[in-house]
Amino acid sequence: MSVTTRGPLPGGEYDVTVIGAGVVGSAIARELARFPLRTALVEARDDVGDGTSKANTAILHTGFDAVPGSLESRLVREGSGLLAAYAAESGIPVEPLGALLVAWDEDQLGVLPGLAAKARRNGRHDTRIITAEEVRAREPELGPGVLGALEVPGESVICPWTTTLAYATQAVRSGVDLHLNCRVTSITSGPRPAPDDVHTPHTRHALHTRHALHTLHTVRGPLRTRHLVNAAGLHADRIDRLLGHADFTVTPRRGQLIVFDELARGLVRHILLPVPTALGKGVLVTPTVHGKVMLGPTAEDLDDRTATGSTAEGLALLREKGRRILPALLDEEVTAVYAGLRAATASEDYAIRAHPAQRYVTVGGIRSTGLTASMAIAAHVVELLAEGGLPLSGARDPRPVRMPNLGEAFPRPYRDAGMIAADPEYGRIVCHCERVTRGEIRDALAATIPPGSLDGLRRRTRARAGRCQGFHCGAAVRALFESEEPHR
Amino acid sequence: MNRTDPTGRTDRTVDVLVVGAGPAGLALATRAARAGAGRVEVLEREEEPGGAPRHCHHGGFGSPPLPWVTGPAYARRAVAAALDAGAALRTGVTATGWAGPLTLETTSPSGLERITARAVVLATGARERPRSARLVPGTRPAGVFTTGELQRSLHPHGHHPIGRRAVLIGAEPVARHAARTLRRTGTQVVAMLTQHPRATALPGIPLLTRTTVSELHGRGRLTGVAVRHEDGRSGVIACDTVVFTGDWIPEHDLARRGGIALAPGTRGPAVDAAFRTGTPGVFAVGNTLHGIESAATAAAEGAAAATPLLAHLSGTPWPTPGPPLLVQPPWPGPPRPTSRPPRPAPSSSAPPNP
Repeated sequence: MSVTTRGPLPGGEYDVTVIGAGVVGSAIARELARFPLRTALVEARDDVGDGTSKANTAILHTGFDAVPGSLESRLVREGSGLLAAYAAESGIPVEPLGALLVAWDEDQLGVLPGLAAKARRNGRHDTRIITAEEVRAREPELGPGVLGALEVPGESVICPWTTTLAYATQAVRSGVDLHLNCRVTSITSGPRPAPDDVHTPHTRHALHTRHALHTLHTVRGPLRTRHLVNAAGLHADRIDRLLGHADFTVTPRRGQLIVFDELARGLVRHILLPVPTALGKGVLVTPTVHGKVMLGPTAEDLDDRTATGSTAEGLALLREKGRRILPALLDEEVTAVYAGLRAATASEDYAIRAHPAQRYVTVGGIRSTGLTASMAIAAHVVELLAEGGLPLSGARDPRPVRMPNLGEAFPRPYRDAGMIAADPEYGRIVCHCERVTRGEIRDALAATIPPGSLDGLRRRTRARAGRCQGFHCGAAVRALFESEEPHR
Repeated sequence: MNRTDPTGRTDRTVDVLVVGAGPAGLALATRAARAGAGRVEVLEREEEPGGAPRHCHHGGFGSPPLPWVTGPAYARRAVAAALDAGAALRTGVTATGWAGPLTLETTSPSGLERITARAVVLATGARERPRSARLVPGTRPAGVFTTGELQRSLHPHGHHPIGRRAVLIGAEPVARHAARTLRRTGTQVVAMLTQHPRATALPGIPLLTRTTVSELHGRGRLTGVAVRHEDGRSGVIACDTVVFTGDWIPEHDLARRGGIALAPGTRGPAVDAAFRTGTPGVFAVGNTLHGIESAATAAAEGAAAATPLLAHLSGTPWPTPGPPLLVQPPWPGPPRPTSRPPRPAPSSSAPPNP
């Protein structure tokens, strides 16, 4: 078990390597950790979940609006239940708030019956169209003009940061090597057997003895592996091309989001989803498990895969739409503005492709539902790896992990007399807006996967994530982070 | 008398509970304790008492005829005065919420408490709006500060500059202090910008008036700020540090959690001329009422509030709310205490709650 952040990579051969430690790649690594394999998880950035996975709308979907019959529909449905159970076991905060798709005009109202029918085809029989009066009673702060809504009871909010970190932590503790700051620049593949041979144990053995290997050339040197998974998110098509495939192209779709202060949390009780119409998808307003309110996202198709900046136009659009949905929200303080890029493709479905002859699986086109589907995607990908000859015997359940709670609806250390009595550092609040204690920061810095930056520390503790954005605590938090840095 | 409930929270009672050991809270505690208000306890969530002046390593604190001193010296003096007067000062204790109209829940390394007082004083100060609250678009690089974070990050005689080239957003006194602090610690200040038509420049620092910041650039570390003049001209200033100054907002978290009405203009607790909020027994003083004013002004408010606070302790009835005192930009200053008691309320309507 190890996490490396610099220097040359270990020699020898990995049985399987996953490129990309986002929520999907980390889930796959965790699934692989159940088997007695030598597994590597390589990540270009300095932390897990630092790309698309950190900047999403943080909803645990039911999959009610997926394209019926698609792979995405199946994996979201399966993954939703798997992740809900895993979250309960691992301490990932989830709040089952339910969603309302609020109709503001006749067009949107007309779409609701079709959405309910689609939900039924996706196996969700509990949706219901409710009247304007009922919507108003359940969400008194909504702006004027509500005509009705579709209620989707199963939708929940979840902590996306803890989810990715839990997967990766469990993988590493179960023996997976995590290599950070390890961007893959090129890939060379050794001799490989004929495709129709790979399924027999004999050829599997022959394959090993003939050293049919992928060599990943990374910024930290070479890494050799027999099997390969591409979960590189926004860069999945680039990795695919390094292996000779060009069947999909990632079009980064930017989503800008505004997060409002905890004092706005009382304004909204459900996940308020937009009704998709021909004119576009609209934006959502949702509580977050961290006790705030999120408004967004925009949907802008871009060429630049690094364009994670917000724009004046995007923020103005969000504020205009937010003012219509929840007028009082706009009077509250903004704690954060950010933009994430979704790995959209031309297709309406995930682009998960097995290339057994190459002992290679591509996990592409995973959009905003990827968080929900992650565990089901992982199970599916490991089955596909087996088709390429990866031996899957000797499975065991990994030891459970218990993550520090970041959820506002669950007991946090600053309110836990027992924790403070046992360790007074849990009573020493450092980040006042978010009530993060010195004990929690210390724990995060000493964890299996320590943060590589102050942003990583924020995703593990909520330190500096509040309304003052570091005015009061920024210096103290930075000092704590830097005091640990030389030891890493 | 102390009792501990099954959740491990200890109950205590005091006479006066002051939240915040800055100039306003300390001045009030000093007066109240000296006048024999009983147990006067000041809670400070930071490790050190004294409030914002602790971080202001420049002169100009205090008011005549006393000598002007540096911020840290002023803070030490205010702390000593409160202790001399007999107030109890507890640092590292955070008031996290309310368990009753005059009962606060607290967290500290020594555990959880529920403290009930005969009078509660909110002296929680103010903060600057950060970049996100100002909706400045762009990337989210390191090197973006408020003055508050900057001052707390820099040791006054330290040798670790926070960056090489800094741009200051704002040109009010606090921005000029920030500029001096940056220069003293080895960071070049390449520009100060203000949306206003005029401001006082500092020698050697270009002052851009009628100018706003339109975008931040840089991945990992800040590489520049895009700026725009109101006449339409725009450009990018290369820098690795940007400091957002001013744009103060009261720390009203505790007030709002207690359902205390706010003044719509300032977003601080609404008070009458005797610093009484709409909740009987709860007073508010200092910069939590109105954003930033000098330490001397905040202290003067705290001292002035001691008189109505003592009157409350001796049984003077809490008045029904009078006409709300509205403060709107540009701020004319804090509500000043008057020598006469507030007029009786013409009606029982509460101040508007935003």
